[in-house]
Amino acid sequence: MGKTVLLIEDEQNIIEAVSFILSRDGWEVKTHANGQNAMEAVRAREPDVVILDVMLPGKSGFDILSEIRAEAQFASLPVLMLSARGQAKDLEMAERAGANRYMTKPFSNAEVLDAVRALVPS
Amino acid sequence: MGALNAIVLVSLLYVALLFGVAFAADRAAARGRGTWLRSPIVYTLSLSIYCTAWTFYGAVGFAARSGLEYLTIYLGPTLVMIGWWWTLRKMVRVGRSQRITSIADLISSRFGKSNALAVFVTILAVIGSTPYIALQLQSVTISFAAFAAVDPTHTGEISETGVALWVAFGLMVFTILFGTRNLDANERHHGLVMAIALEAVVKLCALLAVGIFVVWGLAGGVEETLSRIDESAIARWEVPGSRWVGLTLLSAAAFMCLPRMFQVMVVENEDEAHLRTASWAFPTYVMLMSLFVVPIAAVGLDLSPAGANPDLFVLTLPLVNGQEGLAVLSFLGGFSSATSMVIVAAIALSTMVSNHVVMPVWLWMTGGSAVISGDVRTVAIRARRLSIMVILFLGYLYFRVSGGGAALAAIGLISFVGVAQFLPALLGGLFWRGANRRGALAGLAVGFAVWMYSLFLPSFGASAVMPQGVLENGLMGLSWLRPQALFGAQGMDPVIHAFMWSLSLNIVVFAVVSLVSFPQPVERLQGAQFVNVFDHSTPSGGWTGGLAQSEDLMIMAQRIMGAQEAQALFAEAAREQGVSGYLPEPTPDFLGRLERSLAGSVGAATAHAMISQIVGGASVSVQDLMAVADETAQIMEYSSQLEMKTEEQARTARQLRQANEKLTQISVQKDAFLSQISHELRTPMTSIRAFSEILRDGAGIRPDEQSRYASIIHDEAVRLTRLLDDLLDLSVLENAQIVLNLQEGTLGPLLDRAEVAAGLSEGEMAVRRDARADQIRLHTDTDRLAQVFINLMSNARKYCDAAEPRLDIRVAERDGMLQVDFIDNGNGIPAGQQGTVFEKFSRVSENKAGGAGLGLAICREIMARLGGGIEYLPGQAGGAFRVYLPAVQGAAVEAAQ
Amino acid sequence: MSPERGHVFLARRAYFQRRLMDAARLLPVLGAGMFVLPLLWKSGEGARTVVVMFYIFLSWSALIGLGWIVSRRLSGPETADPAGAKGDADEQVRVSREG
Repeated sequence: MGKTVLLIEDEQNIIEAVSFILSRDGWEVKTHANGQNAMEAVRAREPDVVILDVMLPGKSGFDILSEIRAEAQFASLPVLMLSARGQAKDLEMAERAGANRYMTKPFSNAEVLDAVRALVPS
Repeated sequence: MGALNAIVLVSLLYVALLFGVAFAADRAAARGRGTWLRSPIVYTLSLSIYCTAWTFYGAVGFAARSGLEYLTIYLGPTLVMIGWWWTLRKMVRVGRSQRITSIADLISSRFGKSNALAVFVTILAVIGSTPYIALQLQSVTISFAAFAAVDPTHTGEISETGVALWVAFGLMVFTILFGTRNLDANERHHGLVMAIALEAVVKLCALLAVGIFVVWGLAGGVEETLSRIDESAIARWEVPGSRWVGLTLLSAAAFMCLPRMFQVMVVENEDEAHLRTASWAFPTYVMLMSLFVVPIAAVGLDLSPAGANPDLFVLTLPLVNGQEGLAVLSFLGGFSSATSMVIVAAIALSTMVSNHVVMPVWLWMTGGSAVISGDVRTVAIRARRLSIMVILFLGYLYFRVSGGGAALAAIGLISFVGVAQFLPALLGGLFWRGANRRGALAGLAVGFAVWMYSLFLPSFGASAVMPQGVLENGLMGLSWLRPQALFGAQGMDPVIHAFMWSLSLNIVVFAVVSLVSFPQPVERLQGAQFVNVFDHSTPSGGWTGGLAQSEDLMIMAQRIMGAQEAQALFAEAAREQGVSGYLPEPTPDFLGRLERSLAGSVGAATAHAMISQIVGGASVSVQDLMAVADETAQIMEYSSQLEMKTEEQARTARQLRQANEKLTQISVQKDAFLSQISHELRTPMTSIRAFSEILRDGAGIRPDEQSRYASIIHDEAVRLTRLLDDLLDLSVLENAQIVLNLQEGTLGPLLDRAEVAAGLSEGEMAVRRDARADQIRLHTDTDRLAQVFINLMSNARKYCDAAEPRLDIRVAERDGMLQVDFIDNGNGIPAGQQGTVFEKFSRVSENKAGGAGLGLAICREIMARLGGGIEYLPGQAGGAFRVYLPAVQGAAVEAAQ
Repeated sequence: MSPERGHVFLARRAYFQRRLMDAARLLPVLGAGMFVLPLLWKSGEGARTVVVMFYIFLSWSALIGLGWIVSRRLSGPETADPAGAKGDADEQVRVSREG
């Protein structure tokens, strides 16, 4: 049984691409497509790693990350942030919010896979 | 053909003539022609509705019974008109400056816009006027009967109730047709006033003609007539002083207080200067009306058989002496007197009933929501029409129930005493700033009760309504409570007795309660406005609308005044404040203006209530209270100068604040621009890169997956191209490098094309379109215009969140501009974002997926290039955009063909 | 015309306007007086109806005539006559103090 990835992302095509890449590598991929209720999804799915988009409808990825970190059980949950904005201050904000890794779109598939593998040592 | 048939035919022809005159006058006024409609003579003639059938026929009867006493009924109004400088001038000025719709509205408006007071005055007016209307129906009926009596071809009884029913029905149709055409009671009813003026001429000519016939035809000259008077039963001047003075005062009071007189004198007044002419012309009119009354009475008593009804001498003297033509004229005079009174009374009362009873009840029943969602306009017009029907039906019913007997003949004076109860509140309100609402209400209640007890109820005859015991021994056997001898005032004439007691108690209670109770701020403010109306015709204040929501106000105003008028009013106010768009700041000034505009349609109290429902409670600012306290004109002037300066500063501050807000927003947007453009470019690129890597690596992909991924790559590439196109388009438009491709076209096909392109033809969103729109010609860059339409339509399709989405496309032409409105039934755009919706990358809400937020910015640039514009229309059913561009000359004419 | 003469002329006009307003106020009082006068004639047998009728209609006509003259001469508060307007304002200060 592979480890679980929770992908929080609103763009349908990106969800499909990332799911394909990760599941081919043996991960179980669960998805959530908006910012609202993202926290509930994290609690319910109890993933081993979270991939979190920054610009989400309803709530920003930074806010969601702060909520995740606010709960003791998720304090050390690995989180990979994806952003399409590509501004320097976004990286700062991601670090401050407690992201383990920050990547700018577009990314290469290998990069994502490596990042996830690095965050969850098997 | 018998005389009866002839008279029926003549009256039908006469009615047709009146319809014609009213219709023609309305048309002339609508076309802006016919300045003669607004002449002071027409105004004076319209005042003659004071002379009803009761005075036309009844004056002779009155004279035959009591000699010169009938003159009091005309002398009172003469004194009021001659003394116009004291009261009427002020009444008319107040009525015009406050847009008063009825006497109930005036009293309620003066006393803090109290609806309780308005309802009370309305009820009193209806009770006082119903018997009077019945009296008019009776007079027409008995004049028909008089013709039937001398008609040899007619056998059997004529159905009195049948005649009355037909007359009431005809009057109802006339009144509804010409009296409820406009909602705004403040707008003049030109047709109606013209018809009444014509009737005034007819009744005067008729009475003069009969008089001349009687003096020179029957009596044989002035000398002979005078000697007949000397020989008659009324040769002696034996009028009791109390009745002479009392009735003069009573008729003077009634002249000012009768709802129908208020209607013609104040509400229908076109120009204050008309009062100047009427001040001597109206006394002349009533003097001529009364000139031949005593001769007719004396000769009639002499020539008629004993027991003949003196009320009908005007009709029977020519009829019996073979002057059928004159009799017909006389009949028309009486008919005119009756009909004009009923028509104006019905209009005046229906305005009061609908504004002060029906509308408030309706508002209350539907709750606050009605102000925003209900169709107030239609309700108000219907209420007015329904009230007219009910009032005329009540008049008819009263006629039926009372049996049209002698009891009815006495009702004229009884009615006068009833409406005279308004006098203390009316004059007190105009001249005494200390008068307040509690005082007015208490005074009216007491006066009304005394009138009911001592005059109205006993008038039905002993034991009819009031038990005989009460009449003889007083209520509960207390002799000082005998209805016709209150407080031991024995042996007085019942009318004078009731007039004296009801009015004196009314005045005393009004004054005392006013002195001991404290008025509300709104009352004090209105009091100052009314009493000092000549000092400052500044609008009445009272609103501090910091909390008011301009958009809600606009929604409400549109319901009542109609969309175009409301939008014009709001846009104008916004422009004056230096604010762009349709939503002015809810300053007290603007709210006051809005309230008066609404008051013209639904009355002051209702308008006040409606605005307070939105603004949240009537509040008066400290400055307003200071203005109330300031007694002298100097301080008034000083404070108004200050106010002007403050206002100017406030306006500048408002403009600065708005500019600043906009700059901040634009700077935030500029900042967001880079983020946005980055996001919009990177997102499709992410998919493209990811899937092309998957395809490149190739391992373990099924063929169907392979083609799917390829098509995703393709779609995302298209998305990127579109984004780049939009950006380029916008930059070209913004730099004015665009070359317009002007061509002829028609709106219909263009809209069709846009509907298909926007995906509306798939049917998930219903489109309602003005059929007239289809033929409107265009001369513009039709491709660019279509681009704008497509954008608006696809926005509507994407963002309209109604369960059954619908898009209304409305077309109008205004000030040389063709307006095309796109209105959907969704939630629209929140007020805070309406200002920035046309900015680049502005998206209504983050959580709604869609384009890059460039569409509306492009639309704005295109419309500016086409010589028009695009704007958001607040206060509609949902999201609403207006596109406007210069109209092609004659496009509308062509459309009509 | 010298400015001084013009000024005198205007002041006099304003003065007459004010007196005309007084006249307009007094007219109904005069009318009421005239109309109650016949009540004093009632002593003894009482006056003849014909006489009273003539008296009333004559005084009525006189009142109308006076009213006509006054209302024609009286310029309204809204006419643009600076002196008249000033006089009017002056008058209203008084009225508002009464109120």
